[in-house]
Amino acid sequence: MKIVNEMNLNFESRSYNESFARSAVSAFVLCLDPTIAELSDIKTAVSEAVTNCIVHAYPDTIGTIYINVRITDQNRIIIKIRDKGVGIENIKQAMEPLYTTSSDERAGLGFAVMQSFTDKVKVRSKVGAGTTVTMEKILYRTSYDKR
Amino acid sequence: MVETKFSDDVLTAKLYGEIDHHKAPSIRQKIDGQTESLRPKELHLDFSGVSFMDSSGIGLIMGRYRQVSLVGGKLKVINVPKNLQKIISLSGIDSLGVLK
Ligand SMILES: Nc1ncnc2c1ncn2[C@@H]1O[C@H](COP(=O)(O)OP(=O)(O)OP(=O)(O)O)[C@@H](O)[C@H]1O
Ligand SMILES: [Mg+2]
Repeated sequence: MKIVNEMNLNFESRSYNESFARSAVSAFVLCLDPTIAELSDIKTAVSEAVTNCIVHAYPDTIGTIYINVRITDQNRIIIKIRDKGVGIENIKQAMEPLYTTSSDERAGLGFAVMQSFTDKVKVRSKVGAGTTVTMEKILYRTSYDKR
Repeated sequence: MVETKFSDDVLTAKLYGEIDHHKAPSIRQKIDGQTESLRPKELHLDFSGVSFMDSSGIGLIMGRYRQVSLVGGKLKVINVPKNLQKIISLSGIDSLGVLK
């Protein structure tokens, strides 16, 4: 597996950056000529992970959100979304559908959406240090070097 | 963004654009304000103008289901575009019987 393209993005955990973040990732992967449905899946999954950083990782402060996107020679998109926030104590429980620690109107479906809209989701976290969510999406229709 | 209309005991809220955690609070506020003052028999959430939605939109639907129940009304979710059907079906809100 060879990385053929990569980008990094850092921005503040302000809620109005949610649309910027998902649009930026979606614009970056356009070079792969994804379908509308694939783009929409990627946007939605990125929106979930970024919103989690804003809502849960940095609940009372503004922190930095780090996004790294890599594209492999096999049309695999690897999206890493990282925060240096509060961390997750029990990852398995956090990823269960409908589980939420929030008292506002949250469905507890963010991780379930990431899992069903991408091909692979991996979460690493340390309480007090932060969380990294890595998602992979394979595009079937196109080939990178075909362009 | 949201536009509301009230007639025949039905409050229709037409949603526009992208619904995420940033946009949801103002939409929620407007719909809940009208739900409390107008006490509709039915609240219709019209998604025809929505181009993007994440789980914050699901939270918005479930929250309005509760709010309109409090005034004795029923929720209906109408005109869900094709590109939102995947997230709607994953959410299980279908089991509330609100989808039309
Ligand atoms: N980056 C993060 N930092 C700290 N905690 C997190 C992070 N991401 C998720 N969590 C925890 O995992 C739980 C589940 O996350 P998930 O996205 O599935 O649901 P939610 O954010 O609570 O609700 P929804 O995404 O439907 O609005 C959260 O309630 C929170 O406790
Ligand atoms: Mg979430």
